[in-house]
Amino acid sequence: MKQLSVDVAVIGGGPAGLAAALSARAEGAAKVMIIERNHELGGILQQCIHHGFGLHRFKAELTGPEYAQRFINEVGNTDIETLLETMVLEITPDRKIYAVNSEHGMMEISAKAIVLAMGCRERTRGALQIPGTRPAGVFSAGTAQRYANIEGYTPGKRAVILGSGDIGLIMARRFTLEGAKVEAVVEILPYAAGLTRNVVQCLQDFGIPLYLKSTVIDIHGKDRVEAVTIAEVDDNWNPIPGTERVIECDTLLLSVGLIPENELSVHAGVKLDPVTNGAYVNEHLMTTVPGIFACGNVLHVHDLVDNVSKEAERAGMYAGRFAMGTLSQPEKWVKVVPGENVRYVVPHEISLTEPVEFFLRVQRPAEDVVVDVAGLRTIKERSVRPSEMLNIKLTPEQLQNFTGDTFVIAVKERKEAEIQ
Amino acid sequence: MNKSIICTVCPMSCNVTLELDDNGEIISVSGNRCPRGKTYSIKEHTAPERTLTTTVRAVGGVHPLLPVRTDKPIPKGLLLQAMKETAKITVKAPVKMGDVIVENFLNTGANLVASRDL
Repeated sequence: MKQLSVDVAVIGGGPAGLAAALSARAEGAAKVMIIERNHELGGILQQCIHHGFGLHRFKAELTGPEYAQRFINEVGNTDIETLLETMVLEITPDRKIYAVNSEHGMMEISAKAIVLAMGCRERTRGALQIPGTRPAGVFSAGTAQRYANIEGYTPGKRAVILGSGDIGLIMARRFTLEGAKVEAVVEILPYAAGLTRNVVQCLQDFGIPLYLKSTVIDIHGKDRVEAVTIAEVDDNWNPIPGTERVIECDTLLLSVGLIPENELSVHAGVKLDPVTNGAYVNEHLMTTVPGIFACGNVLHVHDLVDNVSKEAERAGMYAGRFAMGTLSQPEKWVKVVPGENVRYVVPHEISLTEPVEFFLRVQRPAEDVVVDVAGLRTIKERSVRPSEMLNIKLTPEQLQNFTGDTFVIAVKERKEAEIQ
Repeated sequence: MNKSIICTVCPMSCNVTLELDDNGEIISVSGNRCPRGKTYSIKEHTAPERTLTTTVRAVGGVHPLLPVRTDKPIPKGLLLQAMKETAKITVKAPVKMGDVIVENFLNTGANLVASRDL
């Protein structure tokens, strides 16, 4: 078996992996390697041909392939090694990677540090348990996106889209532009799950109806989808009898959530947060296994790739330091706890001695709120939504005033916060 | 009369209100959090524009399609016509990101450019 050793091995060559590798190399790690199962770098960005990426980072509205290409070109200008068409089969707690490709066969790669950047996968019909027949024509939205934008065929002529996440909205526009008819987008929540700009540009521009507080309760058709039944739901998401409506269509697209792809992580002994489905990490983005770091959608599902790149750069930097033996070890870690109207916070532990950047999501939409960061800092927000991740930075100067065991971040109504 | 426009310049998605007179002329703009929101809302009322992103056929590359975009927004009303035009195009690899595929696309002043290397 071929044996290799590297300073930093990055698993996955999407936006997270690219940024982590560049950053680890820039930090001084001499031998950095990206391991990617596809035949090219860029990950899912390559099929996201719409624009709107990179507003924060590049101050431009790039398409997915353009955003990826900039990082791919940067990697090309370094001595970072990339193994393409290479499948990682196993990662051990002592940082050995077992991978396979058709050129070298099985490989054992020993890494001083590993960055997990495998991204996420889509939730399927099975996960939702939609009743009905099992015809062809039921696709996850990302699969349909790949067919349309990479393979070159639109997989239907009349579509219903379940879920108003960004991929679903983007695919509504894509299908329409490619000459298919999108009959409806159906969302179980009382509000659109994706970004408002996508509701405007992808649905309103083309007169596609969005049914809120509704879901698909039946799929009809033997060989191919012939229709779906949708119905309104009550507050407990139970269909309301009498509101059923049959919509004829040949395709049902599912845009119903993403799940971090953590099989490799779990096998390596990495502990997961049941809320994010990603690793527990400290402020260095190091998991519960020393020397294994995580970033991007494998850590928690992001809505903006700019945030993925930022997070991955930090993971790469700390992984680089770990590999070189220069990563600082704080005396103690303080637990970060989600407070009122906060679904989760990443990282899960902080040292209070280094600058820290929090990513968090709220549980429910709210207007005129204050983000209370453990009483150290308050940030006013005009409106917060679960679909839009919040990003908060704290300096060591701000952190040194903290006393206590748990570091609570809460999102409070402004009036309530002012009374306290 | 007021017209409500959701600004799509960035993910903030400001709800911008245009105050209009009887002829549809803009009297005032409010609700935007930055100057770009004002420019966008006025434009959206008078002459809405969109950036088109789509694909064209490609031969000789690793994929059968090349993602393309207009390098600036084109009139919204031209989108479907633009799709008919791009359906006729076949490019030959190699192509570099930014290469112009069609100059002055549909006389809009925008170029159709490649979104990636292929």
